[in-house]
Amino acid sequence: MDLYEYQAKELFKANQVPTQEGAVVTSAEAAKLAAESFGGATVIKAQVKTGGRGKAGGVKLANDPAAAFTHAQNILGLDIKGHIVKKILVTPAEDIESEFYVSFLVDRSNRSFLCMASVAGGIDIEEVAAKTPEKLAKIQIDPLQGVSLELALAIAREAQIPEEIQDATAEVIMRLWDTFINSDATLVEVNPLVKTADNRVVALDGKVTLDENAFFRHPDFENYVDISNEDPLETAAKAKGLNYVKLDGSVGVIGNGAGLVMSTLDVVAYAGENFGGVKPANFLDIGGGASAQVMADGLEIILSDKDVKSVFVNVFGGITACDAVANGIVQAIEMLSSKENYQQKPIVVRLDGNNAKAGLEILRSANIKNIEIVETMDAAASKAAELAKWAK
Amino acid sequence: MAIFLDKNSVVIVQGMTGSEGRKHTERMIASGTNIAGGVTPGKGGQVVEIAGAQLPVFNSVEEAKTQTGANVSVVFVPPKFAKAAVLEAIAAEIELCVVITEGIPVHDTAIFFAQAQRSGKTRIIGPNCPGIISPGQSNVGITPADITSSGVIGLVSKSGTLTYQMMYELRDLGFTTAIGIGGDPIVGTTHIDALAAFEKDPETKAIVMIGEIGGDAEERAALYIKDHLTKPVVAYVAGFTAPEGKTMGHAGAIVSGASGTAAGKKQALEAVGVKVGKTPSETANLLRSLIK
Ligand SMILES: Nc1ncnc2c1ncn2[C@@H]1O[C@H](COP(=O)(O)OP(=O)(O)O)[C@@H](O)[C@H]1O
Ligand SMILES: [Mg+2]
Repeated sequence: MDLYEYQAKELFKANQVPTQEGAVVTSAEAAKLAAESFGGATVIKAQVKTGGRGKAGGVKLANDPAAAFTHAQNILGLDIKGHIVKKILVTPAEDIESEFYVSFLVDRSNRSFLCMASVAGGIDIEEVAAKTPEKLAKIQIDPLQGVSLELALAIAREAQIPEEIQDATAEVIMRLWDTFINSDATLVEVNPLVKTADNRVVALDGKVTLDENAFFRHPDFENYVDISNEDPLETAAKAKGLNYVKLDGSVGVIGNGAGLVMSTLDVVAYAGENFGGVKPANFLDIGGGASAQVMADGLEIILSDKDVKSVFVNVFGGITACDAVANGIVQAIEMLSSKENYQQKPIVVRLDGNNAKAGLEILRSANIKNIEIVETMDAAASKAAELAKWAK
Repeated sequence: MAIFLDKNSVVIVQGMTGSEGRKHTERMIASGTNIAGGVTPGKGGQVVEIAGAQLPVFNSVEEAKTQTGANVSVVFVPPKFAKAAVLEAIAAEIELCVVITEGIPVHDTAIFFAQAQRSGKTRIIGPNCPGIISPGQSNVGITPADITSSGVIGLVSKSGTLTYQMMYELRDLGFTTAIGIGGDPIVGTTHIDALAAFEKDPETKAIVMIGEIGGDAEERAALYIKDHLTKPVVAYVAGFTAPEGKTMGHAGAIVSGASGTAAGKKQALEAVGVKVGKTPSETANLLRSLIK
């Protein structure tokens, strides 16, 4: 889960990473008041979960409260790479002498942790890596050893941080490592880390990604969950404990197992090419259990999606027996069809694996008229795409 | 022959007395796995009857290993306690530790993987995986044992249900070993580890490799195949339709910016001559055409 800059800076503060004061506001008026209370020049910063806000006009220097008001007015509602600005961070302007880069991340390739640091900050790190790789230090961190002061100094040196502030930077690097470990983060990035005119080293920006699997150790992180930017169907699915992602096509998909469901989406899109580009409407993994209730919850979410024209239920019975899945489907349709706002849509079902024969038999004898059974995954995907194409 | 797991494997179950552990111990025994007992701290000395077998429970992996001669452990411990369980298996120098648990914090996995590397004695498979099956010999994890029998194909996959689907597609040919390496950002055994072992295994005639979005394991595997594999390999990659920045079920299944895409993985594999199927069944057919 990605955090906003202001949330990242809260974690920085908690871990003694030097950063600035700031006020989070949602109106131009409040931005002006915040600027007044800080006094002097401030920076008005769009709070969206994407980088490159500066380039997109989402970071502006305000010399006085009136300017803070104007900038805030312009930035609120701005669309930055598809993210609409609803919150603004007002923060004192620093007198910047130079900008650096530091990050800690989970390094999937090396199955370890990695620190990246560079004297070239304030620009995209991908750009630094491509154009001036000699300025980018990449140092493997042994998870069993962590970051000692000695290692932090070596990182600062290798990143070519100017000598007079290497000690201060090493100190910040250690505090950022603390942030990474104490928050169970998969990414802690500071771009830029700056040297101010009065020789302080300060984190001006912050990007933190948290590992949701570690939230049991961090009950307070639940506060960072932010549904205001989520698709309402995703929020509803999450509330029911379903693993759902909204997509932009018209074939609703339900399956068991993340890999099989991803594959189902692809196979639907592939089959959909023959029907004028029909695409999947969602990812929904009902997991191993696949009880009637879970199936009903899943179908309910998918049928309530107005973009969905047909549904493809694709299950390979491993541990879950297909007769249980079939009973789940039948009971789910019963539960849903008795509801007032039930939306009948064609449902294509493919069952294979554990007890598939019995499962198919249950579906056939239930004789539900909008359910169609197709034997293979590829043919079923094609059928679902075809039905979506011809549905009104 | 088989890789990593065979009929001589003696298996203990960490978390056997929990509901998942118990259910799957029963299934493993039914599929012929030599289960020697379980480990649940605080419940040592108990004996539980599962599927007609009287299974001793030990307080520690060390004790279980000494008493039973186990060389494999399978972990059904909840995420909170998984790190401690795996570290215990590593300390006891268990040869193969298969971690089924889903939802382990990635920092915990980084720690136990680093510890396993340091000790050099333990191979970890998983976490967040279905486990490993060498049909007819041993089955450690949650893979259904009745999809197919032993044969000539080696399979390595990030996904559980796609493993089952592919075993089903190729049920006429059978498998030496099928390994689900798991869908987490850090896993103990990679595609490359499995490819290397299958290449050496005389009974494995051809290999199916299943990947999905996220990370660069498939790209690395492609380079490895180019330099080291003589046996035919076909591949399948899931997640072409996945949007950027969204986690698709597995913690590791995420496209970040331009990296980790299915298209990139397919391209990398095809660049080294590996055929990549558009669907699981097309992939199975590609493999058939290669070994005819
Ligand atoms: N408090 C501040 N004082 C002075 N300059 C700032 C401040 N915050 C940001 N900047 C400048 O704006 C640039 C972009 O801001 P940043 O927070 O890094 O956003 P993004 O990375 O999304 O573009 C920084 O590189 C820095 O030069
Ligand atoms: Mg920045």
